[in-house]
Amino acid sequence: MTAASSANPVVLQLTGIGKRFGPVQALRNVNLTLRAGEVHALMGQNGAGKSTLIKVLTGVYPVDAGEMLLGDTPVAAATPRDAQTLGINTVYQEVNLCPNLSVAENIFAGHYPRHGAKGAWRIAWRRMQDDARALLARLNLDIDVSRVLGSFPVAVQQMVAIARSLHGESKVLILDEPTSSLDRDEVARLFGVLRQLRAQGLAILFVSHFLDEVYELADRITVLRNGEYVGEYLPADLDAPALISAMIGRAFTASTGAVRAGAAPNTVEPLLSARGLGRKGAVQPLDLDLRPGEVLGLAGLLGSGRTELARLLFGLDKADSGTLKLRGETLALSSPTQAVRHGLAMCPEDRKAEGIVADLSIRENIALALQARLGIWRCLGTRRQQVLADKFIQQLGIKAADAEMPIGQLSGGNQQKALLARWLATEPALLILDEPTRGIDVAAKQDIMDKIRMLAAEGLAVLFISAELDEISRLSDRIAVMRDRRKAGELPGGSSEVAIADMIAGVPA
Amino acid sequence: MKRLTSHRLFWPLVTLVLLLAINASFNPGFWQLRWRDGHLYGSIIDILNRAAPLAIVSLGMTLVIATRGIDISVGAVVAISAAVAAWMIGGQLVMQDGAPVYLSRFPMGLALACAMGVALLCGLWNGVLVAGAGIQPIIATLILMVAGRGVAQLVTGGQIITVYYPPFFFLGGGFLFGLPFALFVVAAIWLVLQLALTRTALGLFIQAIGVNPAAARLAGVRQRLITVCVYGFCGLAAGVAGLLLSSNVKSADGNNAGQLMELDAILAVTLGGTLLTGGRFTLAGSVIGALIIQTLTSTIYSIGVPPEVNLVVKAAVVFVVMLLQSPDFRTWLRSIAVRPAARSAA
Repeated sequence: MTAASSANPVVLQLTGIGKRFGPVQALRNVNLTLRAGEVHALMGQNGAGKSTLIKVLTGVYPVDAGEMLLGDTPVAAATPRDAQTLGINTVYQEVNLCPNLSVAENIFAGHYPRHGAKGAWRIAWRRMQDDARALLARLNLDIDVSRVLGSFPVAVQQMVAIARSLHGESKVLILDEPTSSLDRDEVARLFGVLRQLRAQGLAILFVSHFLDEVYELADRITVLRNGEYVGEYLPADLDAPALISAMIGRAFTASTGAVRAGAAPNTVEPLLSARGLGRKGAVQPLDLDLRPGEVLGLAGLLGSGRTELARLLFGLDKADSGTLKLRGETLALSSPTQAVRHGLAMCPEDRKAEGIVADLSIRENIALALQARLGIWRCLGTRRQQVLADKFIQQLGIKAADAEMPIGQLSGGNQQKALLARWLATEPALLILDEPTRGIDVAAKQDIMDKIRMLAAEGLAVLFISAELDEISRLSDRIAVMRDRRKAGELPGGSSEVAIADMIAGVPA
Repeated sequence: MKRLTSHRLFWPLVTLVLLLAINASFNPGFWQLRWRDGHLYGSIIDILNRAAPLAIVSLGMTLVIATRGIDISVGAVVAISAAVAAWMIGGQLVMQDGAPVYLSRFPMGLALACAMGVALLCGLWNGVLVAGAGIQPIIATLILMVAGRGVAQLVTGGQIITVYYPPFFFLGGGFLFGLPFALFVVAAIWLVLQLALTRTALGLFIQAIGVNPAAARLAGVRQRLITVCVYGFCGLAAGVAGLLLSSNVKSADGNNAGQLMELDAILAVTLGGTLLTGGRFTLAGSVIGALIIQTLTSTIYSIGVPPEVNLVVKAAVVFVVMLLQSPDFRTWLRSIAVRPAARSAA
């Protein structure tokens, strides 16, 4: 499984790295070998430990166990500054530079070149700008370095961030999801720069959720899963489905267990249909039909545009292209309020940030969306809210002392059920569920999935978004797959996890 | 007993009663009410009357704070409203057919409506800055806090405008059924607000917005519109308070009317038990808070604290009151009160 020995010298070697946060073992026995002149991709699902590993590497977190060799000297970076001194530099996902300073100032922030023998005199502006220009030239970037950084597009800002990490004795460059806010051309440009840096002998560690990027650029792949080291591979030895199964931890040999029998193709008139619906930087224009009585599974990796699509359908973000039709009539959604009035409902991906109103009672949380649909004047009295809450607490089996308990005190699964209740109370025509089973226990997961099937049988249209392929496969009547912010295609209900994974990875069937 | 002390209005009420008791011990005639000329007089009535403008501003502020916001421009809005009303009424004494008659520059009803209208606009401006432009509430309202004083002085021409029109004096100085008219204004606003909060879904929406604006928006609550309206109401309330104040002193001072009232209002809301973090709120608590502040001011005068130190005394008392209202502090106090007892028992 390990790649054959390589001609390139090893720059940085991590062996047996462990890191614990309280009771949670975030990293266990992780190995990573970075070689000069190579791009190394670090892959894994959310929560696999990629970010933790990077933070250990760069001295943000102290390491609990294991050994780190730079060249052949053991090192331990205690602070990010140490790591920089050692030549390990990081460009984070969100560019963290100062948009109000000039490009040159950003590149040299913290160590401005000074006049005078010991650098104690005033700042050498001229030299700083010349050096900045020289550094950017290494990246094939010719811009006015005295201009304010904020006046440049994100892609250029990212180059500046890379340039910042290149000055001095740079040996290792770490890029944490550098492409997540770039468009296609900008990505191509960034890759050009990375190839050039690779040729100059830098060791590059690259984190991305986009598989095609990994195959385009990486010389080696290390996969993590649940904080554990899965293995190091050469891209040639590991095709996309194999990579996904290494990340997910299951081999897709045959369809697993209770896959839904291939449902007859639904010919009912669509409830909601999107044509060419898209938003720049979020979702490429796509077509999608949602039919009553049908569960449409939406699969795709993180960042593939799943959530962005849901937000467009619900009016949380405004689409800048395409049309949306509800029961054949054009719908121009500009706010969730309108979506709710039209009978749409959405359980968001981030339950805490966008779902629950933590300090309010279960009763008030359940009544909220219905009240919003009724408007401000037709007020549900406390007693009617009570009846409503009790009905759903019983129906969905929400475990709570009583409906007056603040919802924040419930467990994740029960919070999710209460949110489901909030939307069911509005008697919606379409229910969008974005990762409804994330972070909740198995029993609650099963309850929620049973409930979804039941609701679909009653004629509700459901859009079910999940990263868990087995859930998608088991629950959906039809499956749409997102890849790199565009719709990769559709699969019939009952498709196997292998088929879904293949489409996610972009392997022709 | 446990249920009583855990009621959210318990500690504010205790504070108020304590302050009243201190007052009474220094001033034996404190509780006395006298009936004269068909009016009720007495220290208590006086405190109630003087607390009325602050109570009204605090009611508006309570809603703003409940949405996780803050409005530090209310003092300036008080001054604007007072200035507009005073300038539009003006007033002069003329002899008509041998009888003295007071004339106002514009009809009084129009003047009051304009003053309140301008105050409402001020509030809506704040709301649009906060909910529309997404500016932090304290910064958004800081703009009007500074500029508003300028607007008020522009209206008054930098002078103190004195009003010579007796019908206007009724608002802040008149009596109805033997009680100050201002009390009826407070009661009316409180009642309307209470009805709006309980008979419509406004209460639920405001709390949801205060606790989690993103979730409220996603659930279909018109978060922006409601936020703008809440700031609008807060401005309107400050406008009404401005009318009461200027009517009471029969003049308008663009520079000093409602000076630092925003801080008193925030203090009143906090004393009443509404958290600055938004969400759950209590209107009654804020009214009690306003009464606490006014009682404190009266107490300082009545027990003869020299004027040069009264701000220090006021600050010290507010500090103690805030400590007493902090659950953490009370737990700590209980722990050191209980420990020696436990030791002696052992």
